[in-house]
Amino acid sequence: MEEVMKLYSHPMSSCSRRVRIALNLKGLKYECIIMTSVGDPELLKVNPIGFVPALVDGAIVVADSYAILLYLEEKYPQYPLLPQDIVKKSINYQVASIVSSSIQPLQNTTLVHYIGELVSPDEKLPWAQYHIRKGLVALEKLLVNHVGKYATGDEIYLADLYLAPQLDNAINRFKLDMTEFPVLLKLHNIYSQTPSIQQILAETVQPNTGGPDKSFFDFTKSKEEA
Amino acid sequence: MDEANQTILKLFSHPMSSCARRLHLALNLKGLEYECINVDNPLEDPELLKINPMGFVPALVDGTTVISDSYAILLYLEEKYPQHALLPEDLVRKSINYQVASIVSSSIQPLQNTNIINYISEVVSPDEKVPWAQYHIKNGFVALEKLLVNYAAKYATGDEIYLADLFLAPQLYNAIYLFKLDMTEFPILLKLNKAYNEIPSFQQIIMVES
Repeated sequence: MEEVMKLYSHPMSSCSRRVRIALNLKGLKYECIIMTSVGDPELLKVNPIGFVPALVDGAIVVADSYAILLYLEEKYPQYPLLPQDIVKKSINYQVASIVSSSIQPLQNTTLVHYIGELVSPDEKLPWAQYHIRKGLVALEKLLVNHVGKYATGDEIYLADLYLAPQLDNAINRFKLDMTEFPVLLKLHNIYSQTPSIQQILAETVQPNTGGPDKSFFDFTKSKEEA
Repeated sequence: MDEANQTILKLFSHPMSSCARRLHLALNLKGLEYECINVDNPLEDPELLKINPMGFVPALVDGTTVISDSYAILLYLEEKYPQHALLPEDLVRKSINYQVASIVSSSIQPLQNTNIINYISEVVSPDEKVPWAQYHIKNGFVALEKLLVNYAAKYATGDEIYLADLFLAPQLYNAIYLFKLDMTEFPILLKLNKAYNEIPSFQQIIMVES
């Protein structure tokens, strides 16, 4: 009997969301195991690095969302996440990199709280907004000649899996002013109307499941107010 | 390929950019001729901005195609110029290469690049630059050391040079020579660094006089 894949995940993690949207699109069944703290022993047993998301597919363990997505794309080619055309494909790779290297690592919860301690709690939100904005400026320029219904055409591809959770963070978590990003705003609206994407973005931390609650992810209040 | 139709690739680059170095290594391995254009201030360089409004280096021009971002360029090169494959056939080893690329390009490099370091120097203090960089590099190296323990051989994921090595070599240079990270707890990475230093093309590309 085929073993069901397992995904170690966190509902507020934009990296985990990318993978969950992909699994949804490809129609792949999986068991979603919510990790509530860094260094969870169950996760470390399977993945000594301790990162989420981490996918277990039989004897194979793949961590890191980009590596997981490329793995899934090769092993389960239904609903391709990349267009055939090499230029459009490379636009998807560029979007994935801008989000995963230039934006997400600089606005992830751990780093933002670290900046809060190193500099000041009032620096958290400006820091995150500054780096997100820089990345969105690049994305707006990149996509202006390629966007269709979705980021790189009329189908959902890899770029959309990266953009949807990042835009959700930018707008809902970090309250970024999106006036200068009409292309990205339009995409954000489409994603909110696409069930396979919106279902994943709508999830949040359930109370009493252990680990930090929703306020840990709210950077719009200072620590004293929260 | 028909020689008459082969256009020379152009790479917009910067001599101290570890991201650009990944590309120099790959182009070298694949035996691809290219023109290297070094750019001092990418965001203000009119020639770069004309073809790449984002103003990032490295950026590759291949005929009418322009691609920026080292990871995207590497995957493009791998598909268009398959000689000297940068990825193993085996799906598991392939995914280890992707994981190394991500750990370096998402968890390490963006947190120790010049812009961030200078920002930390301003908002905290100049004395915080090196500790900040070392902290983030160390976190990433802890992950890499665990990841590679079952795969490293002569190089990161076997006896051939693959994508992982192209990301590791420049990052190890930064860690060891720029930021003087204590490498005692990273014997595998130290061994890889030694192996990279014995490859003439790697030496030429990475060991740049600062």
